[in-house]
Amino acid sequence: MLYRENGQFKSTYASDQQMLPIAQDRVFMVLLLAFAFIGVPLVTSDYVFLSLLIPFLILTLAAIGLNLLVGYCGQISIGHAAFMAVGAYAAYNLVLRVPQLNFLVVLLLAGLIAAVIGVLFGIPSLRIKGLYLAVATLAAQFFSDWMFARVKWFTNYAHSGSVQTAPIELFGWTVETPVEKYLFLLAVLVVFTLVAKNLVRGHIGREWMAMRDMDVAAEVIGIRPVYAKLTAFAVSAFYCGVAGALWGFVYLGSWEPLAFNLNLSLNLLFMIIIGGMGSLLGSYFGAAFIVALPILLDQVPIWLGVPISTATSAHLALMIFGALIVFFLIVEPHGLARLWAIGKEKLRLWPFPH
Amino acid sequence: MTARAHPIGGVILAVEGVSLAFGGVQALREVSFDVREHEVRAIIGPNGAGKSSMLNVINGVYHPQQGTIRYLGREYHDMDSHEVAASGISRTFQNLALFKGMTVLDNIMAGRNLKMRTNLLLQALRIGPALREELEHREAVERIIDFLEIQAYRKIPVGRLPYGLQKRVDLARALAMEPRLLLLDEPMAGMNVEEKQDMCRFILDVNDQFGTTIVLIEHDMGVVMDISDRVVVLDYGRKIGDGTPDDVRANQAVIDAYLGVSH
Ligand SMILES: Nc1ncnc2c1ncn2[C@@H]1O[C@H](COP(=O)(O)OP(=O)(O)O)[C@@H](O)[C@H]1O
Ligand SMILES: [Mg+2]
Repeated sequence: MLYRENGQFKSTYASDQQMLPIAQDRVFMVLLLAFAFIGVPLVTSDYVFLSLLIPFLILTLAAIGLNLLVGYCGQISIGHAAFMAVGAYAAYNLVLRVPQLNFLVVLLLAGLIAAVIGVLFGIPSLRIKGLYLAVATLAAQFFSDWMFARVKWFTNYAHSGSVQTAPIELFGWTVETPVEKYLFLLAVLVVFTLVAKNLVRGHIGREWMAMRDMDVAAEVIGIRPVYAKLTAFAVSAFYCGVAGALWGFVYLGSWEPLAFNLNLSLNLLFMIIIGGMGSLLGSYFGAAFIVALPILLDQVPIWLGVPISTATSAHLALMIFGALIVFFLIVEPHGLARLWAIGKEKLRLWPFPH
Repeated sequence: MTARAHPIGGVILAVEGVSLAFGGVQALREVSFDVREHEVRAIIGPNGAGKSSMLNVINGVYHPQQGTIRYLGREYHDMDSHEVAASGISRTFQNLALFKGMTVLDNIMAGRNLKMRTNLLLQALRIGPALREELEHREAVERIIDFLEIQAYRKIPVGRLPYGLQKRVDLARALAMEPRLLLLDEPMAGMNVEEKQDMCRFILDVNDQFGTTIVLIEHDMGVVMDISDRVVVLDYGRKIGDGTPDDVRANQAVIDAYLGVSH
């Protein structure tokens, strides 16, 4: 069956507004999900889960969060790891101090706390834009670096400053092995992706994009910048808060404040630039790329029989990121997701390109 | 003229003694005029006369140093964009101000944002009222799409459309607000003859079918004389003429301004 939408007439607006209006896309999505939930666990090694898939899933979630703010609402932030830190420490303290809470509730609360902090640090966006806003968001980063290192209550007065967590438990299920962690994270990510998709195709999403594309016109049609920008900060920080809690509990297990430093914030930005601003799919591509590239640079030379030192491969990774970021910023601001879309458009016409 | 479905009524908008300056540039000097319900009111004048500034004052983008605006019985010193939109004034822009990264459909849907009220949580889950609201407003938007004959472009990012169609989408977005007063800033600028004729027809139809009051800035004198009920003439920020098209055409100050007689 060729990839076509011809002949698939939409008789109602409801069917036209489906997430995937083309039947082939729906089939593809079902197969992809089946593969991710059933196929992958059957064929994948623990190493791949731990070093590749688990960080990929969590970082995708964080990248979606950042993308909602930067790519959809047009407000830059270079301090988003701060909201991950808030989420992680909020979850840590909730589990520590209210142990009877279900972990899903902990996750939501951690996200909500991050959302509140996100709104606070979003307030400057009401007055300033672009570079100035970017610098202002750094304040979030420095503040969280300082707070979680200095205010000992957050780390429960641990001497080393690092906190430990036990494997999470959900309705009697202990999420412990790599496969279990993967399945849990995958389920969370699927749900959060759906929610993000609903938001960006609903009226709040249109308000965000309107602010991004032409703020004067947005105001003239009645959109309130305060509401649009602060909801974007809130939702974005919520996503990053949840991602931060997962990063701490599921990926790291134990961590210190440095785990959420500026480096992570910048990596999140690289993900959405490379993957594609204003694209949920792009967040997946970007996170996959950032997680996979260093590992490939470590492994490929070994397969090829020309091992290079870890230092060299780390430098190489940085250089490749740098070059790609410049490339995407100049040539294709919509990133890998746009290249994917172009490919799909070609496929729609294939094999008759004219 | 044949009898109109919506006969011209009382004054709904009155601009009184409005002055606006940008640094040393005096864009408007004590301008006063009024707009009656259901009429087509044109604002004409040479480039830089202050026409766009006048619209920007009315919908709260610019804040005048002096003067008041009475709209539907309330008096304002300066207007707040959100409040203006909520009270039924919408507009199009001289230099297109569409949301470039969004589709035609989303641009027009955005025009209905004030009418959409479901909360964030319901939107996130897209259930019940949120879904119903989306579909309901989609239907309203589809009627506008049909009306303006842009069915073929629904899903196209608006930045990819030719200029004339973008102007139409701009109008569609303004109409999606179901305005009582519609401000149009040079809706036909840069169009060819056919496109102008289409646009004229749309404007007259809006006025005729929905009774929408229209304030129109236009350069093409033929168009202005054809479709407007009354005309305000601005020159160097000052009002130099006000009346029916025939009055204005006969006004010596207006003739001088257009022929470039020195002041
Ligand atoms: N935002 C602004 N900042 C500075 N000057 C402006 C601004 N908007 C308009 N002006 C000035 O006000 C005057 C009137 O402009 P405008 O209202 O756009 O005229 P028109 O629409 O009649 O061509 C011009 O001299 C213009 O340069
Ligand atoms: Mg103008």
